[in-house]
Amino acid sequence: MGKTLFDKIWDGHVVTSRPGHPDAVYINTHFIHEVTSPQAFDGLRKRNIPVFRPNKTRATADHNVPTVDQHLPIKEALSRHQVEMLTKNTAEFGVELYGLGHRYQGIVHVIGPELGITLPGMTIVCGDSHTSTHGAFGAIAFGIGTSEVEQVLATQCILQYKPKRMKIEITGQLKKGVLSKDIILYIIAKISASGATGYFVEYAGEAIRSLSMEARMTICNMSIEMGARGGLIAPDHVTFDYIKGREFAPQGAAWDQALDYWKTLYTDVDAEFDKVLVFKAEDIEPQVTYGTNPGMGMGVTEHIPGLSDIEDGERPSFTKSLEYMGLEAGSQLLGKKVDYVFIGSCTNSRIEDLRLVADFVKGKKKSDDVTVWIVPGSKQVEAQAIEEGIDKVFEAAGFQLRQPGCSACLAMNEDKIPAGKYCISTSNRNFEGRQGPNARTFLASPLTAAAAAITGIVSDVREMI
Amino acid sequence: MSKIFKSLVSTVIPLPIENIDTDQIIPARFLKATTREGFGENLFRDWRFDENNQPKQDFVFNNPIYSGQVLVAGKNFGCGSSREHAAWAIGDFGLKVVVSSFFADIFKNNALNNFILPITVSDAFLHKIFQAVEADPKAAVEVNLEEQFIAIKSTGEKESFDINQYKKTCLLNGYDDIDYLLSLRNEIEQYETSRPFNF
Repeated sequence: MGKTLFDKIWDGHVVTSRPGHPDAVYINTHFIHEVTSPQAFDGLRKRNIPVFRPNKTRATADHNVPTVDQHLPIKEALSRHQVEMLTKNTAEFGVELYGLGHRYQGIVHVIGPELGITLPGMTIVCGDSHTSTHGAFGAIAFGIGTSEVEQVLATQCILQYKPKRMKIEITGQLKKGVLSKDIILYIIAKISASGATGYFVEYAGEAIRSLSMEARMTICNMSIEMGARGGLIAPDHVTFDYIKGREFAPQGAAWDQALDYWKTLYTDVDAEFDKVLVFKAEDIEPQVTYGTNPGMGMGVTEHIPGLSDIEDGERPSFTKSLEYMGLEAGSQLLGKKVDYVFIGSCTNSRIEDLRLVADFVKGKKKSDDVTVWIVPGSKQVEAQAIEEGIDKVFEAAGFQLRQPGCSACLAMNEDKIPAGKYCISTSNRNFEGRQGPNARTFLASPLTAAAAAITGIVSDVREMI
Repeated sequence: MSKIFKSLVSTVIPLPIENIDTDQIIPARFLKATTREGFGENLFRDWRFDENNQPKQDFVFNNPIYSGQVLVAGKNFGCGSSREHAAWAIGDFGLKVVVSSFFADIFKNNALNNFILPITVSDAFLHKIFQAVEADPKAAVEVNLEEQFIAIKSTGEKESFDINQYKKTCLLNGYDDIDYLLSLRNEIEQYETSRPFNF
C-alpha cells in the first residue's frame, strides 16, 4: 500500500521509535519568538546545556512589539523586557535573531516562507499554534508548548505520537470574490472547532491546486482552528516557483537535487487516510463568523442559527457566545455596523493580501465611522508595499498602514479593539477578549474586511466587484 | 509545582462550558512574564474579574462554595493558542487535574509536561460529575493514575480513563521528556549523518 505525503515526511524524520515511547522526531527548522521562548532558555541554563544545533533555530520579535515607532524603545516596561530577553538569549546561545529594526523582522510565519527558510519535506515547529502555516509548502509543521521548545533547543528533536491522517478535498473552482480564507472558514464552520482534533490534514483538490502560495498558507494557517495538529499541501510547480531564488533557498546543484526529492512528495494513489471529507468550491460564498470560536461561521448572506437549530447540550455555550457578541439568534450579519477593520496577522498579512485590498479600495474612501488598521506581516512585505505604491492607495482611502507584528490579532501590544466594539478582522480567532477585553470579532477574508471598511457595515463583497 | 502525580481525592470546580480556549484560561496581555511563576493570579482573568478588577460574583471561581484541585469543564477544553502559560496558570492556581469529555491536543501535551493530569471521560460521566456537584458542592472525586480511574465519592460511580504508558510513567515518577531525549544523543547524531539535506 502506498503512503500519504504526511507519512512519507514523518517516517523520514523518526530518529528512534522505542516500544512504549513516543517517536523521537527530528526537527529541521525551529522558529522562536519572544513570548514562548524565555522559559525554555531558562530551562537550558538550569540544566547547564547549550542549544544543540543553533543554526537550525531562527528567532524574530513579533507577538509583543508595537506597530508604530518601532525605531524608539518599547514604551511598556514588561514588553520591552520580554523583547530584550529574546535579544539576550539568542546572543548567549548563538541563535540568529531578526529583531526589531532588522530588515527580515516580521511575523514568524510570514518571514520563514518569504526568506526561503521554509522548504518542502521539512519538519518545522514553533511555540505558536499557527506554525501549521508552513504546511502549505508540503512540510510537517505544528505548534508546540514551551517545554517542547526546550526539548528542541536541547536535542533538535521532539517526542510525538503519530497523529491520524485526514484528507480534505475541495473540488471545482472558487467563484468571484471568494478567497482561500473563505474556504478554510467554510470548512471549520462545517466540521466545528474540534472537528479535526487528533488529525493531521492534507488539503487537496482542484480548488487547492489553483491557489497561490500565499493563499495556500492562509488555509494551512487555520488548521489548528478545527483542532488539527497541522495541515499540509503537496508541493508543485507553484511551490517551487515561489521558493526559487529566495534568500536561504538551495541554489545551483543543491537546488536541482532538492527539486528531484521534492517531486517525490505527494500522496500515493493507493494510500489510505483515516478520514476523507469532500467539499465543492462552488458552494462556498464569502464567509463571516458570528460567534466566539472559529467554528461559528457562515456565508455572509446567511442567518445565524436559531436556538431551535442548536442541540440542547450546546445551547448554554451558544447563548453565552451570542450574548458576548451582542447578537440575536436567527439574525443576519449583513448590514451590521462595524467599528474597526483589522487587516493583518499570520493568516492574511502577506503582499498578495495587501495587493488584493489595494486593488479593491483604489479610488474609494473608508466610511467615516470606521478605523482601519493594515498591519503588514514583515519588513519585506512593508517595503514591497511601499515600492508598489500600495501605501499611497491606503493613505488616500483613509487606512492606516502600520509596522509589522502580530498586533490586534491577539492584542498583546497596545493594538486593542475597545470593549464592546465590533472589528471585522482577517486574523484567525474570534475568542472572547482575543482582540482586547470585551472586543467583538467577525473573522473574514481581506476582501470582505475591505468591503466593510468602505461601507461601514458587513457587506457582500461580490456586489462591489 | 510538584513533579509527581499519583492520586488524589478532592472537591471540584465545575465549569460546564464548551470550547474553553487558552485565551480565556490566560489572556494574551498576561503573557509578558519571562518566568513560569505567578500566572495563577490571572487564570480565567476576564471571567473572574470585571473591567474595574472587581470579582464577578456569578463566576464559579469566585463562589467560596466551590474549591479543590480538580477542574471539570465542557468539551474541547484548551483549544486555540499553544501557550503553555495556560497549563502554568492552572498549576499555579493549585489545580492538579482537569476533567473534560474532549481536550485540544496541544493543551493536553502542555498539561502533561507540567504534571497536571488531563482526564478524558465520556459525555455521560462528565454529566454525572456536574450533577453530583450540583446536588452537593462538596461532592468529591477520587483520581487514581496508577489504576487509571476516576470515581465520584458520593455516588460510587467510576470510570476508567486512557493515558499513554510513557506519560503515565513520567507522571508517576517525575521523569521529564528532555532527560529521555538527551539520552538519545548518539542516535540523533547518527540520524543527522544519514541525511545529506536539512529536509
